[in-house]
Amino acid sequence: MAKWIVEKGKGLYFLLFCVLMLVLPLILRMSEAGDYYLSLMVFAGINSMVVIGLNLLMGYAGQISLGHAAFFGLGAYSSGIVTTRFGLSPLWGFTLSIILNFLIAYLLAKPILKLKGHYLAMATLGLGMIFFVLFNELPITGASEGISVGKLYIFGYNMNSRYLKDINYYYLTWIFTLLLTYFALNIVNSRVGRALRAIHSKELAAHSIGVDISRFKTKVFILSTIYAGLAGSIFAHYSTFLCPVDFGLNYSIRVVTMGVVGGMSSIWGGLLGASVLSILPQFLDIFAEYDILIYGLVLILSVIFMPEGISQKISLCWEKCQKKWFHEV
Amino acid sequence: MTMDNNTALLEIRGIEKDFGGVKAIENLSFMVKPESIKGFIGPNGAGKTTAYNVISGVLAPTSGEVYFQGKKITGLKPYRIAEMGLVRTFQNIQLFHNMTVLENVMMGRHVRSKSGFMASALRLPRMRAEEKETKEKAMEILTLVGLQDQAYFKPDSLPIGYQRLLEIARALAAEPELMLLDEPAAGLNTKETSQLAKLIFRIREKGITILVVEHDMELVMEVSDEVLVLEYGQKIAEDIPRNIQTDPKVIAAYLGEMDD
Repeated sequence: MAKWIVEKGKGLYFLLFCVLMLVLPLILRMSEAGDYYLSLMVFAGINSMVVIGLNLLMGYAGQISLGHAAFFGLGAYSSGIVTTRFGLSPLWGFTLSIILNFLIAYLLAKPILKLKGHYLAMATLGLGMIFFVLFNELPITGASEGISVGKLYIFGYNMNSRYLKDINYYYLTWIFTLLLTYFALNIVNSRVGRALRAIHSKELAAHSIGVDISRFKTKVFILSTIYAGLAGSIFAHYSTFLCPVDFGLNYSIRVVTMGVVGGMSSIWGGLLGASVLSILPQFLDIFAEYDILIYGLVLILSVIFMPEGISQKISLCWEKCQKKWFHEV
Repeated sequence: MTMDNNTALLEIRGIEKDFGGVKAIENLSFMVKPESIKGFIGPNGAGKTTAYNVISGVLAPTSGEVYFQGKKITGLKPYRIAEMGLVRTFQNIQLFHNMTVLENVMMGRHVRSKSGFMASALRLPRMRAEEKETKEKAMEILTLVGLQDQAYFKPDSLPIGYQRLLEIARALAAEPELMLLDEPAAGLNTKETSQLAKLIFRIREKGITILVVEHDMELVMEVSDEVLVLEYGQKIAEDIPRNIQTDPKVIAAYLGEMDD
């Protein structure tokens, strides 16, 4: 039994997690504030998508990005503009979100990912600022006044119906999140995942053993922006109104903090970090006014005391428990 | 391999490399025959590692050309050269410390497999089959170099001798035509060095050609069919080991160093 669990380990955990997420709303809705909890879970899912994409880029390939709010925003505004300005189906918003992120990431990848370390951090920081200015100034994005987003219909079913909105979006968001988690887990345990880790570890050695570094960097960068863009599109329809402030430096720092707290080089860590930092602050009133301050502090403390994130602490614990419980393993 | 024994697998033609006016390599030409073992020696700072960097595409030469399997490879990116079947190890060990020993060797299979982002994300059947094969081949090679029991360790937990073996295993996993070894015996004790010599012969038996930079003269003279000597970036001798040992120019270059 114990051996079977260890062998089937990763797939089994994922399956269990899917089941848990499926039944969670039933438990949450028993509470009077059920819809509020569901809405927190929606944000947890949205942020998880961004953080998992970011973890592939930062934790696995070792390429920092302090500008991912830009790609999140591109996704959100794609949906907003397509539904409100052009009156098209939300599906086109999602499509545009993917295409736009793909193109922009593709064009930016070559010049930007040549940079390393601090220089890459600065370049992505600048990128985030440029996009923030665009969201804040362009007439098509509604500038600083913002833009409203059309309702999301899936096969004619109105996701934004008054009483079921939160539960609808809970399932929509987590189907996306779980799917993207599944893809990410598969990628990290593959030839591609090893190549990304090799780039992170020793670029020269990776290059000399046949890894086309710039190609892998470009692809993982594009992938991470598409993750962010999809999250942005769902965010847009859920929040029904977009303001540039949601897509500024604050958000970029928040997602990096989530990644660091959960564990950058772990997909589960991304989920965990995003969920904890999306939900916990809502229960701590002190966060309200000082949130970015607290985020900064959390970031510093986790880098000092658990640079590998909570997920690593948990997996170390789990290994110890396994040794204790299943002696034969 | 379709090449007959007279044509060179690797041919260096008139390589020059300047570093801001300092000539690291001057007009270097030599050939490596298929399925041979060539020793590449010279005092520290003679330009051996620079030559390796030029051959493997890490550095562009100031002038001159490198031909591999009859094709010009100067100017190609290192990964392209690796794909063609020319891989190297590093003097300052360059293992991936965020992976297990086994995964390091699996990295060597990168050029012999092709699953990309799509196939991996969806775990397509061919990706799974490829992954299984990669793992099996890597395990096979670990067994060949004698590191099978360390497969699930992290490389930085291994003693230096094992780390050097692991670098060789990773290069071997790529099933190269030509392997450039850069001081594989550095930091090894006598016993390990004699095991290394056996391993080098076994690699050659697999039809892999070897160029080896090494300071351990005993090892070089034992394994090499031919030895190339570099001093101040220039070739001063190229001959069979016995003649190299008695060559007055080589002795002069190594005066006072010969006993290490």
